[in-house]
Amino acid sequence: MSTDAQAAHGAAAHDDGHTHGTRRSYLIGFGLSVVLTAIPFWLVMTGALGSQQATALTIMGFAVVQIVVHMIYFLHMTSRSEGGWSMLALIFTLILVLITLTGSLWVMYHLNTNMMPPHDMSGMR
Amino acid sequence: MSDHPATQSLLFGRLTLDALPLHEPILVATFAVVALGGIALLALLTRYRLWGYLWTEWFTSVDHKRIGIMYMVLGLVMLLRGFADAIMMRLQQAMAFGGSEGYLNAHHYDQIFTAHGVIMIFFVAMPLVTGLMNYVVPLQIGARDVSFPFLNNFSFWMTAGGAAVVMMSLFVGEFARTGWLAYPPLSGIAYSPDPGVDYYIWALQVAGVGTLLSGVNLVCTIVKMRAPGMAMMKMPIFTWTALCTNVLIVAAFPVLTAVLALLSLDRYLGTNFFTNDFGGNPMMYVNLIWIWGHPEVYILILPAFGIFSEVASTFSGKRLFGYSSMVYATVVITILSYLVWLHHFFTMGSGASVNSFFGITTMIISIPTGAKIFNWLFTMYRGRIRFELPMMWTVAFMLIFVIGGMTGVLLAVPPADFVLHNSLFLVAHFHNVIIGGVLFGLFAGLNYWFPKAFGFRLDPFWGKMSFWFWVLGFFFAFMPLYVLGLMGVTRRLRVFDDPSLQIWFVIAGFGAVLILLGIVAMLVQIFVSIRRREALRDPTGDPWDGRTLEWATASPPPAYNFAFTPVVHDGDAWWDMKRRGYQRPTEGFRPIHMPRNTGAGVVLAGLSTVLAVALVWYIWWLAALCFAGLIATAIIHSFNYHRDFHIPVDEVVAAEDARTRLLAARS
Repeated sequence: MSTDAQAAHGAAAHDDGHTHGTRRSYLIGFGLSVVLTAIPFWLVMTGALGSQQATALTIMGFAVVQIVVHMIYFLHMTSRSEGGWSMLALIFTLILVLITLTGSLWVMYHLNTNMMPPHDMSGMR
Repeated sequence: MSDHPATQSLLFGRLTLDALPLHEPILVATFAVVALGGIALLALLTRYRLWGYLWTEWFTSVDHKRIGIMYMVLGLVMLLRGFADAIMMRLQQAMAFGGSEGYLNAHHYDQIFTAHGVIMIFFVAMPLVTGLMNYVVPLQIGARDVSFPFLNNFSFWMTAGGAAVVMMSLFVGEFARTGWLAYPPLSGIAYSPDPGVDYYIWALQVAGVGTLLSGVNLVCTIVKMRAPGMAMMKMPIFTWTALCTNVLIVAAFPVLTAVLALLSLDRYLGTNFFTNDFGGNPMMYVNLIWIWGHPEVYILILPAFGIFSEVASTFSGKRLFGYSSMVYATVVITILSYLVWLHHFFTMGSGASVNSFFGITTMIISIPTGAKIFNWLFTMYRGRIRFELPMMWTVAFMLIFVIGGMTGVLLAVPPADFVLHNSLFLVAHFHNVIIGGVLFGLFAGLNYWFPKAFGFRLDPFWGKMSFWFWVLGFFFAFMPLYVLGLMGVTRRLRVFDDPSLQIWFVIAGFGAVLILLGIVAMLVQIFVSIRRREALRDPTGDPWDGRTLEWATASPPPAYNFAFTPVVHDGDAWWDMKRRGYQRPTEGFRPIHMPRNTGAGVVLAGLSTVLAVALVWYIWWLAALCFAGLIATAIIHSFNYHRDFHIPVDEVVAAEDARTRLLAARS
């Protein structure tokens, strides 16, 4: 929404769906991001959780929280921004990502179970 | 893995004189004709000094109407190429019986069926759909342009660049021989070491940028730039379907981009995402590309549904029956289109639970679609129907699309699909829905909105000729394929053994000839209409007694579309305005703020096209140069602050007064 859109609009009515962040909110976001990055780093470096799988899952959990932090503090997402369109778009995106990921995993898992020749599997053990 | 051919030079990569297909007489003759035609066209343009006009008024234009028309021209030109491929296949299959090899060798035939699919979907259907949306949507919502006019121009040229790359493959090197979705491992470097698949990848990547950006642009336009009073549930139904289509584009096309990027990594860098060895999985490609591919089907058909809704309502003289159910059906289809992709590969072996889930979701989609059919029928019911050309295409669509829909539900039953998959039954099914649905919708839209774009109607006689040749040709060309498919004939075959099958292929070939006559009649229709434009002229701007806002302004609309932004009170805004005795304002005009034309889109897309060709032929220095040029041009363009201007009030007054005189002279 810059010169192009205004030029087409004729009257340059600046849309005010945005909420601009304050210095405080940016600092909180920055602090949270650093912490949320440092903890996974520490987990990997020290191997504190023991099992690799647990570490990987924990890191993914932190990644999800990190995404939410970025959206709230840097992208200024609220349920009201842009008249609710941002939230709608986000929900739509999440649904599609969910469908794509779980669907692909489900499809490919079943495919491998059904189609992988058994002697190949034994050879891989 | 990537065993590149030894003959690579620093200057030309793997491009040598051998890449010119001089050993293929058909291609040499085609090249001669195309070259002569091209030279004649360039000479004419130069003779009449049209280059400057084309450059300033069209190529660099950021006006959504001009860009829309350029999309339509691109789509129609590519239709000729795609159809040439189709009729060559039909001729080959009708001939190649009883020991005859036909006239096409396997190398050439495989390229033809690949090119036919790629061109018809990406460079015919997509430009035509995008072109109509570009032209009509801003007018329907009472806007002066799209949200990002420069981006719009850039998107068009990226699409055109992709088309140019595909066309180039005809005469330099070769095109992919893999089928239109280029499944690995066949499309991997081990089995397709030639540049054909690279042409495919880069043409789609270049065009894909254009499609994605125009999707972003139109979503933003519809969400942000509607005329005051036009709530979401008061939007014209075509705008609704355009919104859903562009949401689908924005969500689906990145998947195509990603999957093609992975394939190109396999081909260029020797990774193993989709190879058979080293843990790669070709089926993952099939899975991913259909996650894009199924929404793509709805990207094409939803705008066509919108066009049929507008046409059915206008030519029945009635408000659309069940407007809100139509909107909900469209939204439900938008979501469901993401839940059915596996029905394209039931036979892959995912097992009963997975197949039944996707079979059921596929069948569920026919419910909102069926609801739409009933809505159109009820719109016509007790209406004062005028069988003008757009309405004729709509009725033909309803008849033909229902057949295609029913064969689609047949294919959605996994056990039936195990018998019918990869057969000519499938080929008949998707041509049935794409021709009977998408293409007929586009033709209805073309006849419906042509007077808006040019100020005169299309000639009805030649339009009807085209209509009947297309409809009859469709039945002759594709009903035999259903029969053949049920008998077990698979698709993409070049020669046949069983002589009893030949008659069906001959009938299908006859149908293709009828369709050829339909296309010729359409070209004649456009030509005759231009010749007879005074007799066909429409001074009112509202030739069909329309219902939506695009009919409120002049035909062709002025650059600024509406001198005053209309205020909307009702769903069929223009119908409502007419009924309430709307008086056109004739004074009080003000200068109008508009975006300025720019050549940056042409330059960026041109560089991208050369970049694509350089990557196809491994000409690394040229690729690096073009990439650097792209970045530099983008940065330079971002410092261009002369992006807007005001249309002076005199010009607005002159244009509006001319319209006032036209309207007065008529009444």
